[in-house]
Amino acid sequence: MGLAIELDDAPAAEDRPRRIKLVRDTPDKIFRGVATGSGVVVLSIMLLVGVFLSVRAFQALKRAGLSFLTTRAWEPDAGHFGVAAVLTGTILIAFVAVLIAFPLSTATSLYITQYAPDRMRSLLVSVIDLMAAIPSVVYGLWGFFFLQAEVAPVAAWISRHFGWIPLFRVDGVQKDDPLPSMTVFTGSTLIAGLVVGMMITPVVTSIMREVFSQVPIGEREGAFALGATKWGVIRSVVLPFGKGGMIGGTMLGLGRALGETIAVYMIITPVFAVQPHILQSGAISVSSLIALHFAEASPFGLSALMAAGLTLFLLTLMINFAASSVVARSRSGASS
Amino acid sequence: MTELAQREVVEPLVASTVLPRTHARPDTAEVRRFTSGVRIGDLLALLGAAAAALALTTLISSQIAPMRGVLAFVVVAYALFLVVYAVLVSLDETGPVVRDRVIAVLVQSGAFLLVGTLASVLVYTVGRGFRSMLHLNMFTQDMTLAGPLDPLTRGGVMHAIVGTLIQISIALAITIPLGVTTALFLSEVPGRFARFVRTIVEAMTALPSIVAGLFILATFVLMLGFDKSGLAAGLAITVMMLPIMIRAADVVFRLVPHTLKEASLGLGAGQLRTVLHVVLPTSRSGLTTAIILATARGIGETSPVLLTAGFTASLNANPLSGPMVSLPLLTFQFVKSPQQTMVDRGFGAAVVLMGLVLVLFVLARVLGSQDVAKRAARRQRRRARAVRRQALTRRAAALVRRSAPADPDHSGSSHRSTSA
Repeated sequence: MGLAIELDDAPAAEDRPRRIKLVRDTPDKIFRGVATGSGVVVLSIMLLVGVFLSVRAFQALKRAGLSFLTTRAWEPDAGHFGVAAVLTGTILIAFVAVLIAFPLSTATSLYITQYAPDRMRSLLVSVIDLMAAIPSVVYGLWGFFFLQAEVAPVAAWISRHFGWIPLFRVDGVQKDDPLPSMTVFTGSTLIAGLVVGMMITPVVTSIMREVFSQVPIGEREGAFALGATKWGVIRSVVLPFGKGGMIGGTMLGLGRALGETIAVYMIITPVFAVQPHILQSGAISVSSLIALHFAEASPFGLSALMAAGLTLFLLTLMINFAASSVVARSRSGASS
Repeated sequence: MTELAQREVVEPLVASTVLPRTHARPDTAEVRRFTSGVRIGDLLALLGAAAAALALTTLISSQIAPMRGVLAFVVVAYALFLVVYAVLVSLDETGPVVRDRVIAVLVQSGAFLLVGTLASVLVYTVGRGFRSMLHLNMFTQDMTLAGPLDPLTRGGVMHAIVGTLIQISIALAITIPLGVTTALFLSEVPGRFARFVRTIVEAMTALPSIVAGLFILATFVLMLGFDKSGLAAGLAITVMMLPIMIRAADVVFRLVPHTLKEASLGLGAGQLRTVLHVVLPTSRSGLTTAIILATARGIGETSPVLLTAGFTASLNANPLSGPMVSLPLLTFQFVKSPQQTMVDRGFGAAVVLMGLVLVLFVLARVLGSQDVAKRAARRQRRRARAVRRQALTRRAAALVRRSAPADPDHSGSSHRSTSA
């Protein structure tokens, strides 16, 4: 009884949480204003690019209608133009590039994270970053003057022995010609794709390496302790953990491959047709179409080129967003 | 009976511990076991498989099915090597081990192939560009007085070097302030609007560079009626670089530890002060790296410049009027020429460009490795060294004082011994 607390004279008003009011002083207000202002400027530049492209592209799209997606030729001033050929060509080149880049970057990133000794590791990381910084025109030089001559005989061999697969067929070559002319094998989708593949490999590798290096050490050691070989650990721990990053990284590389201009433009022999024979000379991509035609384009031709550019942009945009959502949703990407 | 039982229970407790009987110890000292994965047999299997693959490929290419080109030979030899190696390992190992070994070979050769490709790109370009680089006029002259038929002793790419530097400066003058403040906005003024800006910026990184060039061509050149000029090229590079820069800087700013920022705010600093004294210094090296790597990307970009800069053979240091050529553009145009000397010049320009990129890259590496922790550690080491040096000199001085009358040389040697 003596310890009870008398509650009779409790305050009439209940305790309420105090309202905290944020007061910023002038420098902070100025800083926030400037920062927001630059955000607005950047946003308006970006939106200006997007909106302007869409508006100008719309002129061309209105005239071409749905045939824009099905026409192969590119004669905008005759009203006969479409992206069927260039878009297929772009996707084929990017497809070859990813086919090269995916195994190569998986192997390299696995080597860096799982096999390489420490000193080698940092060296390799530098080398791969350097590779990403090399200008595309240099890759173009290498592809056109060096790789082309090396790959053409291999392409000839593949077409001779696997020509029955439609993808590998090359028109205009006799099957038993012992010394086929190499010119039908140069400037092909395959060579452009190889070079672009080499260009996107460092990008893909650095993402995969990042993901593989986040594999929980406990799971790896647990697998080792259960008697797994190195490959066993990779297959049962590293690859499942890094799956999201692998897919996302490859898709980002695909986005880069689709937009690549100069290296492709230097290598391919332009042709405005759907060209599914990847070994055969003649290929086209959206960006090289723009590089090829911007100089002599009429105002309407320019808006047709913008329509093509916009199509490409939308394609890469979709792929990039899909890639980042895949990376973010995966176990390895969620933490980063 | 109970007494006996008690004794039986107690006795083992009393008795001394008996060690389990082990085999007689070998006389020799224990040798540390070799736990590294490489054994002589493994090496022999590798070498044997390589030799067998080489021999088989030679046999096939010379006797059975002739191959053209080095590449085909290498590919066939590599495939055969894998098969032979798998067979050799399977002679004395189990299935999982064989798979492990073969995969290890595949992974390592993948990494090797990538590095080899890079080396091939570098060596081939430098090898072809070397001839034109030998002449000093390559760096001091433009192509005004040199035609395609002139030898390498006339004409050069100075106009392209100057053009590249001017264009990238224009781009950097816009992207660095705008990019860094926008990245600060994204991380320091979060909210729905910042999220929206971030989404748009991320979307714009997907913009193909040639479309950026097309945009500047259509607006700045055709609509506003400016020349194709260095400024237009700089603006095109800006449109391309800005999203890359903002994204990289945003990542760097987000890596600044929240505890540091909160400590600064807790001490009563305002937001501006926190940014200036905590966020920017902490992320300085990362920010520098981001800027330099974006610069390397921008400097090597050809396609926006191709659409907006025009082409000229003479030096033009005025970005406001007249065409201005840059190194990648010059390389691109020159190697299309049928003349060997022009192609050589193009390769020379490519080597100069790569040199620029390499310098930027090394700069980024050196600056990037200097993070705050390392700098603090270095400062601490320096201070510790200074303290040690002071103590040493004091001790040496004491020694000198004590032994000076006896032997003047002694002080020097004692100093050395203490310092050692």
